[in-house]
Amino acid sequence: MSKIFTRYGDGTPVELSEKELMEDMQAGTEDAADRAKVPVLTDDDLKYMFDILASPHSFVSCERGKEIILTYDAGTLKIRRVGVNVDRIQALQIYEKIMGADTMELCHVDYSYKPIKPIITMEQPIMEQALLATHIPLFYGAMPNLGLYSQPDGPFPNPAELLPNGKIKEARESLEKTVEEAVRDIVFTGSAMYESGADGINLDSVGAAGDADFLASLMACRKLKEKYPDICIQIGMAGEFILGMHGQLEFDGVRLAGLYPQDQVVLAKQAGATIFGPVVNTNTTESTPWNLARAVTFMKACGEVAEIPIHPNMGMGVGAVPVNDHPPIDTVSRASAAMTSLCKLDGL
Amino acid sequence: MGDPVAMAITHAHASGMGGMRGAGDLVARAQMSRGMRTWEAKAYVAEKLKVSVADLTDPVIMTEVREDLQIGQMTPMPGCAKGIEAKFNIARELDFNINCVNRFRKRTSL
Repeated sequence: MSKIFTRYGDGTPVELSEKELMEDMQAGTEDAADRAKVPVLTDDDLKYMFDILASPHSFVSCERGKEIILTYDAGTLKIRRVGVNVDRIQALQIYEKIMGADTMELCHVDYSYKPIKPIITMEQPIMEQALLATHIPLFYGAMPNLGLYSQPDGPFPNPAELLPNGKIKEARESLEKTVEEAVRDIVFTGSAMYESGADGINLDSVGAAGDADFLASLMACRKLKEKYPDICIQIGMAGEFILGMHGQLEFDGVRLAGLYPQDQVVLAKQAGATIFGPVVNTNTTESTPWNLARAVTFMKACGEVAEIPIHPNMGMGVGAVPVNDHPPIDTVSRASAAMTSLCKLDGL
Repeated sequence: MGDPVAMAITHAHASGMGGMRGAGDLVARAQMSRGMRTWEAKAYVAEKLKVSVADLTDPVIMTEVREDLQIGQMTPMPGCAKGIEAKFNIARELDFNINCVNRFRKRTSL
């Protein structure tokens, strides 16, 4: 029996038998179901995914009619990262006219809300000029990045230093203060860019610093929505699971630590988010069939309960996309096709 | 991270609506301004443009529709609406509340 070409989560090629591929998918879906307490994929789902993964073609796409919307994080930054020396408005036009983008995001290389605040008047005219020359909806995006608010980068004692010393109370107090500051910065920047005409505000890599990071994003989202009822806010996550760096933080009476995507999306809606971007991290030592079955299991459960559009993250290292600066197209296209075909999604 | 060929271009071909080659930007606006999920957003845009949902990703049909309605096209022909001009037409034809169009009106006393 011939072997099936696939890859590990770091992109390394590997060949599996049909039996091994099916066993990996089964193990992946069971891992997700066990962690998030959601249903495993059905036999039909696994069969469909098997056919996508076992396809001999180098590129696979979703079925006609199942296409979805694409939103982007670190939008204009990705053009600079690969060393293409164009201005940010030109980068937006490249995505719009050359890369088939449905939406796009203007962003700064220092991609966090805190450092944007003092240079906001340099950012606003770029957005205003970009909006004159482009057609697709434009987001302005950055990360809450609560790590920037603790020492040595910020004013508050560093929880990562306090916790190992048993100073739990002090660490929690510090995190609570960072939330207040971060909310102020996000609302300030989000307001300014909305006043400049942005179609939406993207809060990217939410939860990267744990439950305080998620709380700051939810609170900022709610404040922006109260201030501008028509504003579109996208909350895109950093990981599949909210780390309990504080452990006791709550939003609308729900403890944030330990939440998985199907619970995160409920709070995002309550906070006023328009689009939610759930994440499933890629495990580099497991195969793509394992990672893909696992990711689809989480996202399927999230899509079933979502009452707002969801755009699962499928960039490098998430959504079964390999952890590599140049993710192989054979794997990315399979992950893209399986995710859009098997889950109730609205975008990626 | 991830280079644009691997990420943006691959997803656009594998699962995307094609942006302005089709009606991807318009379905996105329906999601963003009306909070619609994809299937609702596609149906809404198709009805407004008087095409079928399947037509929304067809670049041949959509180029004609976009040219007729002056809502922006991939190849901007002389005299056609571009940029903010096209967005004024998008707001009118699809009944969207577009932030920058509203602010343009206010700033120019239109």
